[in-house]
Amino acid sequence: MRPVSGERKTRKRPLSGTGFAPFIIRRLLTSIILVFGVTFIAFSITQLVPGDPVAANLGQSAYSDPEIVAAFEKEFGLDQPVPVQYLRYVTNLLQGDFGVSLSSKRPVAEDLKEYFPATLEIALIAVFLALIVGLLLGIISAVTRDRLPDQIIRVFSLTGVSMPAFWTALTAFYIFFFVLGWAPGTGRLEPGGEPPPTVTGLFTIDALIAGDFSTFRQAFSYLLLPAIVLAIYAVGVLTRFTRASMLEILGNDYVRAARAKGLPEFTVITRHVLRPALLSIITVAGVAFSSLLAGSVLVENVFSWPGLGQYAYRAAVGLDLPGIMGVSMVVATVYITMNLIVDILYRIIDPQMRDSA
Amino acid sequence: MNLLTVENLTVTLATGSGEAQAVRNLSFNVGRGEILGVAGESGSGKTMTALSMLGLLPYKGKASGSIMFDGREILTSTKREYRDIRGKEIAMIFQDPMTSLHPMLTVEVQLTEHLRHHRKVSKAAARNSALELLATVKIPEPAAALSAHPSQFSGGMRQRIAIAMALACEPKLLIADEPTTALDVTVQAGILKLLHQLRTDRNLSVMVITHDLGVLSSLTDRIMIMYAGSEVESGATSDLLKNPRHPYTKGLIAALPGNSEVNSKNLLSIDGMPPELGNFPTGCAFHTRCKFAKASCKETLPEVLNLTSNHRIFCPVNPFSELSNSGSN
Repeated sequence: MRPVSGERKTRKRPLSGTGFAPFIIRRLLTSIILVFGVTFIAFSITQLVPGDPVAANLGQSAYSDPEIVAAFEKEFGLDQPVPVQYLRYVTNLLQGDFGVSLSSKRPVAEDLKEYFPATLEIALIAVFLALIVGLLLGIISAVTRDRLPDQIIRVFSLTGVSMPAFWTALTAFYIFFFVLGWAPGTGRLEPGGEPPPTVTGLFTIDALIAGDFSTFRQAFSYLLLPAIVLAIYAVGVLTRFTRASMLEILGNDYVRAARAKGLPEFTVITRHVLRPALLSIITVAGVAFSSLLAGSVLVENVFSWPGLGQYAYRAAVGLDLPGIMGVSMVVATVYITMNLIVDILYRIIDPQMRDSA
Repeated sequence: MNLLTVENLTVTLATGSGEAQAVRNLSFNVGRGEILGVAGESGSGKTMTALSMLGLLPYKGKASGSIMFDGREILTSTKREYRDIRGKEIAMIFQDPMTSLHPMLTVEVQLTEHLRHHRKVSKAAARNSALELLATVKIPEPAAALSAHPSQFSGGMRQRIAIAMALACEPKLLIADEPTTALDVTVQAGILKLLHQLRTDRNLSVMVITHDLGVLSSLTDRIMIMYAGSEVESGATSDLLKNPRHPYTKGLIAALPGNSEVNSKNLLSIDGMPPELGNFPTGCAFHTRCKFAKASCKETLPEVLNLTSNHRIFCPVNPFSELSNSGSN
């Protein structure tokens, strides 16, 4: 327990050892180790899955020819023992080589470079929307607890978490494209539309860099509906969670003390309640962002969005082991990066974590 | 004129099974520069009385009656009017300094935010006042303390900071809800001394709420004893402690360690448990635990009986016959 001598504790904020830079370095190292752990697990799982990649990728007649099968196996290293395959995979990975996709016959790294930015673009917009809308609705809901706004928001957020992504995607597409005609069609640009010169792979950003505003508008209008559909679940989760953690913090003595000081309710809510509530909200937001990537598989298929979700689906169906591994690596890296960001935000928000070792 | 005059205060709270009265027809006053002690067991309505002064009753709580503060009725205040009273006119310190200070905000922010809101002073001026306040409540190294977070202080120091916070806007009335309960005995004395000092230096009126009569004996001018949401006895501190007249007060005082007349080796207790909220007995609420209770106690509400101009009890039994006799036995 803490000393109760009445003296101020002499613990000073340390400058080294437990400071911010050593913390970041430690967390980065753990993250790298984690990524390698992921390669091992992902590789093991792809090996354990029953199914013959040769059969999945060669046609019926080619598969019955032992020479072609042997050549295919040799080309993709499938004739080697599994541990050798793994070692080779990791060695290549260190050089940025994800292997060659069995289905597209192109280097997986190139495929990922093409598909990942498309998903990242809608996921970033979706998470941005989800954070703003989810936090706002959650705060309103908590502040108007049990009154009408709260009741309405609770119904909506429950609906948001209960609707499966593919259903929302289909319904939204039907209503806004088919019936109302507000949304453009599927894909990232109109048919025959020229993508902007690739810098980041995000069409909106690249169009802005190129100074091409009509392409920017077009790309933005195409990504809005899939991004909103993708965000709906996260909005529901964040609204519900923000409400719950706000209500929990609202019951604390220090909130009553802040009110007893006669502070305006706005200050009490933003300064005294929201800040501690953010700690747990951030955790959920990190998980929600990562789960957006999972949701993107279904949403991308409905909107024919050429993103990681579609690529993952095709790789899985085609038993394209390097492709599956590549997607797993990207998703795992996103998860680990999100966790890293959450941990860093924790320390920024909560001074006690900075003070303690 | 008294600074605070409360009349027929009734506080209704929402409970799991409907509504319940936590405070019932309570009337009392606090003079300028006076320290009033409010004592009673847990659930006797002390804290709800205090919170109703500030319009800070818990979710779905309601107060009725009259609270005159500094010559005006404040119970009917709007939210906005209450905000102008809180912190500025009436300030409050809470029981547990471990939980009543915000863990993520610096001492400077917590000491100056309401000062800047109420008095519209500059950041630098507020900082200077904060330094003075910390010196007043005897925090060593005030400048370093300003940039620290509450977790860097011990319980006693935190309660001093909480007191400094309450004093920032120079309120006329300070409500201290169990200010020493969560602290070590050695630290308690320092806090009590500080409160006493503040009254003398600033002519501050203080309402101290506690279940510890020992705390009140050294600090207060007057004491009000509460049971089941109502007053049972009130009087000048020395008078009430030496010459308690209500059976409940007698029991409380006898229960203080070292005060037991029956057997000084054993701690004395009052039989039974304090009633639960929403389940207060009829008539005199204390009749279920009272040694002197008659059948009529169950039905009639106790009426006030003024013993002197400053000492009164609420007891349906004539205290001059049975109670005074039994007291001398």
